[in-house]
Amino acid sequence: MSESHNGAVVVARDVTRRYGEGETAVDALRGVSVNIAAGEATAVMGPSGSGKSTLMHILAGLDKPTSGDVELAGTAITQLGDNALTKLRRDHIGFVFQFFNLLPMLDAKENILLPLTIAGEKPADGWFEQLVADVGLTDRLSHRPAELSGGQQQRVAIARALVSKPTVLFADEPTGNLDSSTSHEILELLRRSVDEYRQTIVMVTHDARAAAMAHRVLFLADGEIVRELGESSAHDILSVMEEVSAA
Amino acid sequence: MIKVALRGLAGRKLRAALTGIAIVLGVAMISGTYILTDTVESAFTNLFTDSYAGTDAVVTGKGLDISIDGEKPPDPPVDASLLDVVRGVEGVALASGSVADEDSTKLLTSDGEPVNSEGWPTLGFGIDTAPAFAQFNPLKLYEGRWPTAADEVVIDAGSVDEQGWEIGDTVQISTLQPKRAFTLVGVAQYGEVASLGGISFTVFTIPTAQELLGREGQYDAISVAAREGFTEDELVAAIEPVLPKDAKAVSATAEAQEQTDAVGEFTKFFRYFLLAFAGVALFVGAFVIFNTFSITVAQRTREFATLRTIGASRRQVLGSVILESLVIGLAAALVGLGLGVLLAEGIQALFKSLGADFPTGDRVFATRTVVVSLAVGVGITLVAGLFPAIRATRVPPIAAVREGATLPQSRFHRFTPWIAGIVVVVALLALARAMFTDELGTGDRLLSIAGGVLLLFLGVAMLSSHLVKPIARVVGLPAHTAGGVAGRLASGNAVRNPGRTAATAAALMIGIALVSFIATLTNGMKASNREAIEEQVIADYVLTSQDGYTPFVAAAGDALAASSVPDLVTSVRSDAGLVDGDSAEIGGIEPGTIAAAYDFDWRDGDNGVLATLGTTNAVVSSNYAEDHDIGVGSVLTLRSTADRTATVTVVGTFEPPPFYPLLESVNVSSELFDSLYDRPRNRWTWANLAGEPTDESRAQMETAIAGYPDTQLETREEWIDREDADFNEFITFLYVMLTLAVFVSIFGMINTLVLSVYERTREIGMLRTIGMTRRQVRRMIRQESIITALIGAALGLPLGIFLAALVNRALSEFDVRFSIPWAQLIVLTIVAIIIGILAAIMPARRAAKLNPLEAIAYE
Ligand SMILES: Nc1ncnc2c1ncn2[C@@H]1O[C@H](COP(=O)(O)OP(=O)(O)OP(=O)(O)O)[C@@H](O)[C@H]1O
Ligand SMILES: [Mg+2]
Repeated sequence: MSESHNGAVVVARDVTRRYGEGETAVDALRGVSVNIAAGEATAVMGPSGSGKSTLMHILAGLDKPTSGDVELAGTAITQLGDNALTKLRRDHIGFVFQFFNLLPMLDAKENILLPLTIAGEKPADGWFEQLVADVGLTDRLSHRPAELSGGQQQRVAIARALVSKPTVLFADEPTGNLDSSTSHEILELLRRSVDEYRQTIVMVTHDARAAAMAHRVLFLADGEIVRELGESSAHDILSVMEEVSAA
Repeated sequence: MIKVALRGLAGRKLRAALTGIAIVLGVAMISGTYILTDTVESAFTNLFTDSYAGTDAVVTGKGLDISIDGEKPPDPPVDASLLDVVRGVEGVALASGSVADEDSTKLLTSDGEPVNSEGWPTLGFGIDTAPAFAQFNPLKLYEGRWPTAADEVVIDAGSVDEQGWEIGDTVQISTLQPKRAFTLVGVAQYGEVASLGGISFTVFTIPTAQELLGREGQYDAISVAAREGFTEDELVAAIEPVLPKDAKAVSATAEAQEQTDAVGEFTKFFRYFLLAFAGVALFVGAFVIFNTFSITVAQRTREFATLRTIGASRRQVLGSVILESLVIGLAAALVGLGLGVLLAEGIQALFKSLGADFPTGDRVFATRTVVVSLAVGVGITLVAGLFPAIRATRVPPIAAVREGATLPQSRFHRFTPWIAGIVVVVALLALARAMFTDELGTGDRLLSIAGGVLLLFLGVAMLSSHLVKPIARVVGLPAHTAGGVAGRLASGNAVRNPGRTAATAAALMIGIALVSFIATLTNGMKASNREAIEEQVIADYVLTSQDGYTPFVAAAGDALAASSVPDLVTSVRSDAGLVDGDSAEIGGIEPGTIAAAYDFDWRDGDNGVLATLGTTNAVVSSNYAEDHDIGVGSVLTLRSTADRTATVTVVGTFEPPPFYPLLESVNVSSELFDSLYDRPRNRWTWANLAGEPTDESRAQMETAIAGYPDTQLETREEWIDREDADFNEFITFLYVMLTLAVFVSIFGMINTLVLSVYERTREIGMLRTIGMTRRQVRRMIRQESIITALIGAALGLPLGIFLAALVNRALSEFDVRFSIPWAQLIVLTIVAIIIGILAAIMPARRAAKLNPLEAIAYE
């Protein structure tokens, strides 16, 4: 795992992102600087439209900032071309979506292995078995997405994000589409991946309980980081959240 | 609601355009066919109307009522002395005799080759060009003057331009006489005809034409103009009494009409022939439209459901989809109509490249062309769009709030395999009826075949959604095992929506089936042709006319016979006549030599009977004998076009290969033949050498026939190869015409892929975020396209071979070989792969261009 000088795997400096031009232009990010340390879970919270998804897309190299720099695993990604970015994603990034985005014609196992298959790689010995055991899918591997519950589908998606042992796992409202008990299982799973594999996670969420499992919580409002908490209780997070939203 | 439909259409321009193209090409073919055939027909009609503009009646010889394959031999000439008789008739103001021959006058290029060797008429005229008779002359002089001396000619503008001749140049011309040099003194053209196409004409003085074209003391026609106050019919009535019984008078109007009708028959056939290809393209287009509408309706489930929740009725939903197909159909038909003008030029150029250059004049754009093109274009779009439209009405309002709602299955879904089965059975019955029922008219038979084939395609297409999975497993194997992850995903994608893949592949299947049908059937025909020649001919060389089938002047065969190089030369004469009152081709063979070049397969008799032919006997083919219930000992009455008769006794029957009999059904000795016909012509002249053929002996033989440039000398092998090549040219033409349908199916494939990419936007975005490169995305789409194309091939190839086998059975009386052209079928499979690659270019590029971010944010 490559880290930059200060131990951060993701470094953003003065990132702005403007959508559109002229009078209708929207400044989704107005100068965000953030370091994501290795092995840490970071939650990003904020009101709707505050720029959470935008920030995450830029950190993950899916989108380019209007100004500012992003470094991922020691590589400045803002100037990279598509092929280099794709390669970077393969090696360093896992992504969990709100909609599970599984391929319907592949079974669970094939879906999980897809990132490796695309890269033309094979999982290390025992790693795949351990992973599916950890996410609790051992007896569901030959099922297709249509034959799995929402929670199981999201677990497949998480396993797919973890299978390549990415430097950072990004998750945008991974529980947004699930009921509360299923959400809880998924959050447990993510937390375990931090504890057990020292997985770095950046997760956007609206759920204070979800944020409570993170080592660090960033609060965005109107395209800026307005507050930051260390590991906190759901209660504390909720009250900061209310403050931020009211402002 | 109408606004909603039109807005929706405007928002899906690319899809609408791709859908429309499916109809544009078919409609263009219809309109192009009409424009071309109307233009050609009008050019011919003008030619005939011009020809008789200043004429009221025509006197010609009275031909026998002979018609072979619908073609009538030209009327025989009349005695030149008849001109004065006609001039003396009350009511005749002016009369003039002329000579006109259709195919013996060959203009030669500076290399000594005939200018026209493709079988188009090469007219030779002798016209009285005195100013007094100008009204009978259909030709307009562009340049120079009319011929006055025996060595002067006027030639048509087309040939003069093509050859770059100038007035005063010397031009070599061969006729029934060996070639001779003439001086070009003028250039002429039919008045209103812009181009005569492949037709050429040469005008000689009358005495020269009579000498060169075998009309000494004769005219082919006497043109008559009526005195003031006489109608055409009164003129004819006045002339008739003075004519001998072997001549007749016809009004100019009737004569022009007869010729126009004959051309009408030809253009009608030609029109239906081309329309058949338009039909195929439109049929394929219907599949594409059906498929595209089905996919868009499925993708718009949410939208329809939302419309329903806000109060739209089923009827309104139906109306909006139908309106969409109406707009697309109309727009496409209009574009197709216009494109037809270009296509008409294209088809004409194609024919020209095959040596068939039609006469043309001003382009004819008939109202009928517009009406039929628009009606067919709109009609097919509406019909093909109807089923998807009905399905759209079945979307329940609740689908608006459900995530991932899909279109409900059609009520009839369960029955489709059964319906498809019934369609296939009906198709097979129709085909069987067409092929194995004897007492069926040609029209009925063709209709039955066309209907059967269409139904068969439809049935197989309906069944194919069940065949897609197993076939894809086979044809997708290379992609699956060797294509990496892209290949594996592609083969999965191909079977995700079997109905969609099936309809897409079925459109391609039709083109591939027709091509493989033609390839298989003609492969057998070529084999039969070769065998038939090899079985019959044991000669080293064959002499034919340049086009290979028009009989050539007998003197050319005699010239070869006079040469000392060949050991043996024998000629086969041929001409139309009546045998026991029925039209038949009569052949003339040389009893002493024929058996050395032609291997008779005797049924009754042996080579010995040839010596007994004399002027009183004949040998007939066993086929003819059976059909007419005659045999050895039967007596036949022959009547030639020159109206001379002979009675002959059958002394032998032989059985030529039915696919290509080289001798006529009824054969007499050349001696008798030459006494029956004035200008005997050879169908073949065969020559044997004592030793092996050498370049030197060949050159000597070529020299011997140098005076007859319209003939060609070939070894037996060259002859067979040339017939193969001529046939291949025709087959290629059929293929070219079928590419139109294949093009339509390519657009169908592009359309389906574009729609699938659009549908899978989010999925592709996800693949990109987890590390798929653009290249891999492109490859994935390409492989899916190739798999679809190969499914089309997997369905089409066997279907084509099956149809070929069926037709082969139906042609069993001609003993056509059945031989599967493996090499061609492999090429066809490769072509299918290339089609898959081509169809994927644009959709793959679109898919690869998807920004992963946009793709996952997409809703
Ligand atoms: N493609 C786009 N074009 C224009 N504006 C955009 C685009 N994407 C986002 N925005 C704007 O940028 C701002 C930030 O959007 P973003 O999606 O990052 O918000 P978010 O914090 O993720 O909100 P939510 O919690 O609702 O997901 C919003 O005002 C949004 O309207
Ligand atoms: Mg968001």
